[in-house]
Amino acid sequence: MAEILEVLDLKRYFSKNKAVDGVSFKVKKGICFGLLGPNGAGKTTTIEMLEGIVEPTSGNILYQGKAIDKQIYHELGIQFQHTALQDHLTVIETLKMFSAFYDKTLPIKDLISLCQLDDFINQDHRKLSGGQKQRLLLALALINDPQLVFLDEPTTGLDPHSRRLFWDLVNKIKSQGKTILLTTHYMDEAEYLCDEIAIMDKGKIIALDRPEVLLQQHFSGALIKLPKQNIDTHENKENVSEQLNIQFVQQSAQVQSLDIQATLVALIEQGVSLEGLQVKSANLDDLFLKLTGHGLEGVNHV
Amino acid sequence: MFKRFLAVLIARNYEFFRDRAALGWNLIFPVLLVVGFAFIFSGDGKTLYKIGVLSDISQTSNNHKLMELKHIEFVSYDEKSIAMNKLRQHKIDLLVDFNGETYWVNQSSNSGYIAEQLLLASSPNFQRMAIEGKEIRYLDWVVPGILGMNMMFSCLFGVGYVIVRYRKNSVLKRLHATPLRPIEFLTAQVCSRLLIVMTLSTGIFIGCNWIFDFYILGSLIDLFIIALLGTVSLISLGLLIAARSESEEFTGGMLNVASWPMMMLSGVWFSLEGSPEFIQTLAQFIPLTHMLEAARAVMLDGASLWQVKSHIIALLIMTATFLMSGSLLFRWQGQAR
Repeated sequence: MAEILEVLDLKRYFSKNKAVDGVSFKVKKGICFGLLGPNGAGKTTTIEMLEGIVEPTSGNILYQGKAIDKQIYHELGIQFQHTALQDHLTVIETLKMFSAFYDKTLPIKDLISLCQLDDFINQDHRKLSGGQKQRLLLALALINDPQLVFLDEPTTGLDPHSRRLFWDLVNKIKSQGKTILLTTHYMDEAEYLCDEIAIMDKGKIIALDRPEVLLQQHFSGALIKLPKQNIDTHENKENVSEQLNIQFVQQSAQVQSLDIQATLVALIEQGVSLEGLQVKSANLDDLFLKLTGHGLEGVNHV
Repeated sequence: MFKRFLAVLIARNYEFFRDRAALGWNLIFPVLLVVGFAFIFSGDGKTLYKIGVLSDISQTSNNHKLMELKHIEFVSYDEKSIAMNKLRQHKIDLLVDFNGETYWVNQSSNSGYIAEQLLLASSPNFQRMAIEGKEIRYLDWVVPGILGMNMMFSCLFGVGYVIVRYRKNSVLKRLHATPLRPIEFLTAQVCSRLLIVMTLSTGIFIGCNWIFDFYILGSLIDLFIIALLGTVSLISLGLLIAARSESEEFTGGMLNVASWPMMMLSGVWFSLEGSPEFIQTLAQFIPLTHMLEAARAVMLDGASLWQVKSHIIALLIMTATFLMSGSLLFRWQGQAR
C-alpha cells in the first residue's frame, strides 16, 4: 500500500519548549492513522504542521511525495480541535460558503445525508448541540471530497452516544477509501477506529505500529489488576512483588498472566487481598501507562 | 477567485443584517444625532446683524452713520464673488459697496430685510440689487460631519473588531485551511462593509433630507463618489489596525486612538478655520478631514469633483497605503489554538 503522507524528523520549538521534537512516520493510503497522547503531548502541533497551519522549526512533510503548499488545501479535509464559524449563518449557508472555496466539491445534499444533518439545515449553526456541530464540521472537512482527512480530537467533550455516532461516520468515510489522520487522547477511540497508531509523549513518538502488534509486543496474556493498597498493606510487600512480578502503575498493582487460575492461586497463597480485583485484556490505556509511567493527566474519560 | 470572494461577501452581509441590534443601532444613532441637532439649532441665536462691505472697511466711509450702529458686525471682502456667495447662503445679511453706493440683499432673508431698512434709514439713495438664495443652517453644515462620523465608527469598528473576533475565535484559522486567499477575504470584507455603510448612509441621508430639506448646491452623484472614496479609506484603516492583533482590548484601544482624533480634528462638529497651524496640518493626515471638506465643498459651495481633486487624491493615497500595509501585515491566526 502506497504512502500518502511522509513525515521526516519534524520539529517545532516555541522558544525553550520543544512542542514537537523530531517526529517521523508514514501514513498509508486508505487507513485511519491515530496520533495518541495526553494533552500537551504535541499531537495538535504535529497535525497543524501537517495541515500547513503551523510552520515547522525543521523537518519535512511530503504529501504524495511532494512538499506541501497552498494548493494542498484543495485535497485536504480539516477538522480543527477548536474552531468557530461565522455567526448568524444556517447550516446550509455555511456548507454553501465553504463549497464555494473549492474547485471540486461533493454534492451538499450527499454531505447532509452522510453527516446526518437533515433535521438542522435551516438552523443557525450556533444553536446546534456539541455532537451536531462536530458533524457539521466534519461535513465541512469533507466538502472538497479530500483524499486525506485530518480530525483533531473530534469527539472531545461529546457524550457517549454522540461519540459512537461520530465513530460510525469516521468508519463510513474510511470505507470510501479516504485516509484519516486522527488525534485523540481517548484510547478506546483509537482502538475502535485506528489501523495504525503513534503514541506521543512530551513531543516525541514513543511507539508506532498497529495497535494489536503493540499490545502483543508489550503484554502477554491477561492483565490482573488490584488496588495498589492491597499490596502496600501486605506485611511482605517486597517479597510478594518480586515473586509475582507485580508492576505498580499509578494506583494499581498489575500482574501479566498467561495462566489466570495459577496467578490467582499464587496471590491467595501469599495472603494478598483480592478485593477490587479485575481480570482484563491489556488495552492501549495500559500500553500508554506502561510506556510512559504516567497516565493521561487532566483527561476526562467518557 | 470571484466565487470565493462572493461567498465571503454574502456570508458577511448575512452576519451583519441578521444582527438586529447592530443594524438597529447603525440606523438609529445617526438619525437621532441629525434630529437632535435640527432641534437644538432650530432657533436663530444671533444677536448681531452681519453686513459685508466691499473693499477695506478702514478706508471706507468711516463716518457713515450705519457704521456707528451697535450690534452690527461688518466684514470686509476683497472679492465680490465670495461676498455674493456668503449673502446667497445667508452667512451675511447685507452686502454694501459704500463707494459705489450700491447694496445687495437676499430677498429670502428676514435679517436681510431688517439690515436693508437700517441702511436705507441713513442712505435712502443707495441702489438696491436683489438676489435669491437659501439659508445654510448649522444643520446643513454639520450633517456631512454626523454622517461621516457614523461612517467612520462603522468602518473602523465594524471591520477592525470583526476581524479580531474572527481571529480570536479561530474563524480565520478555519478559512485559512481552505484555498481562500487573503486578498479574496480582505476584498470581500471591504466590499461588504462598503455596501453596508453606503446603503445605510445613503438611506439616512435621503430620509433626513426629505424631512429637513438640506442645502445641497452641488451634484448628489459627486457627493456619493466622495462618500464612497472616504468609506473605502476608512475601511482600509480598520483593516490595517486589525491586521495582526487577536486582542479585542488592544484593538479597541487602537481604534479609539484612530477615531477620537478624527472626531475632534476632522471638522465633524466645528470648522478648523482659525485653529492653530499645526492642528490644521495634522488634520490633513486624517482621511475623514478630506472626506468632510470635499463633501461640504460639493454640498454647500457647489464644487465639482475636479475642484476637490486634492481631497480625492489624498483619499486615494491613504487608501492605497492602508490597504498595502494591511495586506502585508495580515495574519490569519493568533497564538491561541
